[in-house]
Amino acid sequence: MVEYLPILMTFGAAAAVAGALLGLPYLLAPKRVTPVKAQPFECGKDPIAVSEGRFAIKFAMIAIFFILIDIELLFVWPWAALYRRLGWFGFAEMLVFLGILMLGFLYIWKKGGLEWE
Amino acid sequence: MSPIAFALVAAIAIASAIGLLVKKNPIHGALFLVVNLGCVAVFYLGLGAEFLAVAQVIVYAGAIMVLFVFAIMVLIPGKEETGPDPRVRWRVAALPFGALLFAQLIMILGARRGAPTAAPAAPVPGGVEAIGRLLFTDYLLPFELTSVLLLAAMVGVLLLARRRA
Amino acid sequence: MTPIPAPPVLLSALTPVLVILAAGALVLLLDLVPPRDTKQHLGGLALGGFVASLLASVWFWDADLRAFRDMIALDNFALFFNLVIGYAGALVVLLSMDYVRRTGAETGEYYALVLFAGSGMMLLGSATDLIVVFLSLELMSLSLYVLAGLFKTRLDSGEASMKYFLLGAFASSFLLYGIALVYGATGSTNFDKVAAALAGKAPDGLVVVGLGLMLVGFGFKLSSVPFHMWAPDVYQGAPTTVTAFIATGSKAAAFAAVIRLLFSALRSMQPDWTVLLWGVAALTMTVGNVVAIAQSNLKRMLAYSSVAHVGYMLVGLVAGGASGAGAVLFYLLAYTFTTAGTFGVISLCGRTSGDESVDVRDYAGLARRHPLLAFVLSLFLLSLIGIPPLAGFVGKFYLFGAAVRGGYLWLVVIGVLNSAIAAYYYLRVIVYMYMREPEEAIPAGLVPSFAGGLALAISIVGIVLLGVMPAPFANLAVAAVAPLLK
Repeated sequence: MVEYLPILMTFGAAAAVAGALLGLPYLLAPKRVTPVKAQPFECGKDPIAVSEGRFAIKFAMIAIFFILIDIELLFVWPWAALYRRLGWFGFAEMLVFLGILMLGFLYIWKKGGLEWE
Repeated sequence: MSPIAFALVAAIAIASAIGLLVKKNPIHGALFLVVNLGCVAVFYLGLGAEFLAVAQVIVYAGAIMVLFVFAIMVLIPGKEETGPDPRVRWRVAALPFGALLFAQLIMILGARRGAPTAAPAAPVPGGVEAIGRLLFTDYLLPFELTSVLLLAAMVGVLLLARRRA
Repeated sequence: MTPIPAPPVLLSALTPVLVILAAGALVLLLDLVPPRDTKQHLGGLALGGFVASLLASVWFWDADLRAFRDMIALDNFALFFNLVIGYAGALVVLLSMDYVRRTGAETGEYYALVLFAGSGMMLLGSATDLIVVFLSLELMSLSLYVLAGLFKTRLDSGEASMKYFLLGAFASSFLLYGIALVYGATGSTNFDKVAAALAGKAPDGLVVVGLGLMLVGFGFKLSSVPFHMWAPDVYQGAPTTVTAFIATGSKAAAFAAVIRLLFSALRSMQPDWTVLLWGVAALTMTVGNVVAIAQSNLKRMLAYSSVAHVGYMLVGLVAGGASGAGAVLFYLLAYTFTTAGTFGVISLCGRTSGDESVDVRDYAGLARRHPLLAFVLSLFLLSLIGIPPLAGFVGKFYLFGAAVRGGYLWLVVIGVLNSAIAAYYYLRVIVYMYMREPEEAIPAGLVPSFAGGLALAISIVGIVLLGVMPAPFANLAVAAVAPLLK
């Protein structure tokens, strides 16, 4: 477990930076709150609204594509750690794996699944 | 994993799980779930299952939680859930089942503590190289099958979500 | 940096599956190029994929190949299921070519997903490792969840897809939990190694719980009572051709996995699962048939009828041995032809508006409007009842015969009583077709297209052939289960 100490330290540094960004202005910056400034920033829109009605399904579609590519990535990682030892056979394996997925990618792309309109 | 580190992470895991249950705002609940998934990833690390830990962070705490938060933001109004739960009786029905699972857990633990009836499975190294070695040799077929499964999922998403046929 | 040796690869053991997957990939590629206004050629390609896979399966008959570290086997058992699933897929594609165009849902994805589902089903028949079982079950289910929601503008289609997905995912998690427990107790997911680890000793508590959880997971896929709740809504809401595929192919595939699992990996636990399946079989037959009586929607009625037929087939598993398991395989073949044909007729009896005639009253007077279609539907329904000389009768005869020889007389009594109940609701449809006048003027049903007519013709030849000369096919089924009983 000791070898993960650097990761823990990175987390610590990240927490320190984020804490400083939030904390220092609180201590140092002048505070003059006006009703307009208290509102969350939303460019030219009413910032508070009930999210009723229909939402475009394209958001969900992109999110699911993200998950699928993410899972694909998970398999590439151990392959990358081993590919010299796996040799040409390993190369062929990954070629088949990615080839099948790239077929899906090509299909999504050509069918306009990635267009935002 | 040292007992102190384990106790610390376990405390955070349980606290975040309770937080997920009691928080009414679903976004807060989702954030608690991220913490909980992170703690489980640390447990995996402690058991030497590096690959699983990374998978937990990348896929669950990363991608799937994005979809969760996303679905919550899109579908559920921002105000906190209010009013009594209309299905409180169903929750009561969950109690005996939960108790049953808990009893099973205790039973299995008890049985394991006594004489082990079956030879325990040989410990499998969980580092990324060990997993990769298995994945690309013995488990070649499941590995390639996964890509077909992902392809079917892609095509399925497109079929269901595209505006026009 | 020592090189890792490449594992042995025997692709020929995957031939029938690879043929279908290749057809699926080709469908996706050809969908991207013109012509864009029609997808009939993709339907033809899908049909070609299933036919080629059928031919490959016939070619490999009597082969006994094992590949990928014993994760799959291409033995007669797998090949028999390849034949059943290949026929189911080919019939579904034939029926779809007209149906999806008429309903305005014709897309390239449809045929690709039918092929992907088919490849998952065939893999389930070949799988000899729990991990491959799980992955191929997911490949099949995922494709079918999407196909059930094909009609995006129709609420009931969306409901079917959603219910099928939620309950199916739930069932998969049960299956996965069971697999994990069996792995924990035996140290392997390979069927042979699991069998070796379990041989000759009292079953571990973990394995018993694992067996139970796996049977729950498969129970959902088979729609056996008490896990049948999804069936009526999904059958009703899904496009009729997809319903046909769910009723035939997915059921055959789930049975393939269950039979191989129980008869090879868990054979030492036969006393345990026989008791369990006895109860499930009796419940499934009775609930399916009794509730089917109350249905007036034909697709819902057939959903409960399929539940009942699963119950009959479970009787064969209880009976066990070559005759019991062989009877199940024969019944699956007969059931596939009969059910694909029944749903085929329903898919043809649409109205010009695109709505389907699914209420039993819509079939009043069909004999006058479409004598041929009415006759064909009557044949299929009679086979479902089990009237000689059609396939359904012979199938039941083998099933109940095996159970009597196995000493499960009470189960057979329950089964025969159930068959009598079932006759009522099937015959009611025939009575409506031949003896009732339509209450209102019903727009003429559609004349089957060439492809649809061909599918119905194949199904009829199938049920008559299986009914008139069953012996060769029964021998085939018994030969198919032989590799499991070694």
